[in-house]
Amino acid sequence: MSIITFQGVNHQCRSNETVMECLERHGVSVPSSCRSGICQTCLMRAVSGQPSRDSQKELKSSLQKRNYFLSCVCKPTSDLTVAVPNSEVLPRVPVTVIQKQEMNSNVIRLRLRPEQPLEYRAGQFINLYRHDDNLVRSYSAASLPQYNEPIEIHVRHLENGKMSTWLHQRVFPGDRLTIEGPHGDCFYHRGSSDQPLLLIGTGCGLAPLYGIVRDALDHGHSGPICLFHGSSTHDGLYLIDELRHLAEHYANFFYTPCISSEPVRKGFAAGRAEQVALDTMKSLKGVRLYLCGHPDMVRETKRKAFLAGASLKEIFADPFVINSGVISTSNKEHKVIAV
Amino acid sequence: MDKTLYEKLGGEKAVDAAVDIFYRKVLNDDRINKFFDGVDMDKQAAKQKAFLTLAFGGPNNYSGKDMRKGHAALVSKGLNDTHFDAVVENLGATLKELNVPDELIAQAAKIAESTRNDVLGR
Repeated sequence: MSIITFQGVNHQCRSNETVMECLERHGVSVPSSCRSGICQTCLMRAVSGQPSRDSQKELKSSLQKRNYFLSCVCKPTSDLTVAVPNSEVLPRVPVTVIQKQEMNSNVIRLRLRPEQPLEYRAGQFINLYRHDDNLVRSYSAASLPQYNEPIEIHVRHLENGKMSTWLHQRVFPGDRLTIEGPHGDCFYHRGSSDQPLLLIGTGCGLAPLYGIVRDALDHGHSGPICLFHGSSTHDGLYLIDELRHLAEHYANFFYTPCISSEPVRKGFAAGRAEQVALDTMKSLKGVRLYLCGHPDMVRETKRKAFLAGASLKEIFADPFVINSGVISTSNKEHKVIAV
Repeated sequence: MDKTLYEKLGGEKAVDAAVDIFYRKVLNDDRINKFFDGVDMDKQAAKQKAFLTLAFGGPNNYSGKDMRKGHAALVSKGLNDTHFDAVVENLGATLKELNVPDELIAQAAKIAESTRNDVLGR
């Protein structure tokens, strides 16, 4: 059994328990959001002892070398003395809400102006903080930083979702928020500009895909770029006109809105986005994929795409889990909201 | 000095080339794919890579104890010799597809074979 020392107090860590679970069991509150080793909100530093390899592999090498680790996935194999990082490690950037727009009955678009320049790529995610209680959720960027666009995120209102309810009901243009990031590798990778790109998203998984499509076009991507956006009903889709307009403008961009559970209107495809996409594409050999949306869809589509010939290295996915009580996808109730 | 099997096969590059082909064969094989339902594909691919590195005679951290522990849950779900045979068959077919000579395939199969009792918890 390992001993976790935090602020001079020793805590016994049970076997199979993570550093975070151990500390929480002893009444120590650790900032967290995804609790799956992705969002990096729970970053800690081992002042002495060696954190597990698993808990470091998603971190930048500079952080690894300084013994930082993710406490939510670190099951210690030896005694550890741990500390919370100082604010310079994951700098938080104040942002001002400059626009709030309803995209459909359930999704808003927020445009955020950072008070200092933030380097990121369209499709990466940022962590958004609520000042009062340090509630954190992750959202993917739909904006292109190269044109000094404000950071654009799409927020779906989830019943009982603390952050999404707050953003929908209580946050307005002019308000100041705090973000931290960017993170993730779900963005347009330059090079091989003639490679076919297949992007499949459901709900507000469109946010990163909308950013990636425009980033690819902006970089002069010449291969076909096929976007399939799905929802159960017509009302669940958004940015339809903008995407149709983009498809008219660029000969290599194809947009297919998909509806799975009501009779489809003209110009929409019937079926789940991933199914329509896979039926249309046949072989996925040499294709790069971006999958964003419900985690079940992402997992299943990853498997099907791989079996249809896509290389695993060419499949990028928004790593997030949508939750907050409505969509329960795992036995961990407090997982992440996002996309 | 004679080249090792790992070198003859092409080292890590060859393993990388083989992972997707091998894993795709395994997932398409109805004899064994039920054991992979619901697994995280990226993590699983990393395990397949470790297995192929081992079978290629490459650097590995193979421990019989880990192999037992890692497969114990599957053994309790009915993992047996026929499933192990299917995996070795898929390994051979993968190497064949990569135009590896039969003699080297036999050597790789022999290394894979050496893990049988640990995998099956005997």
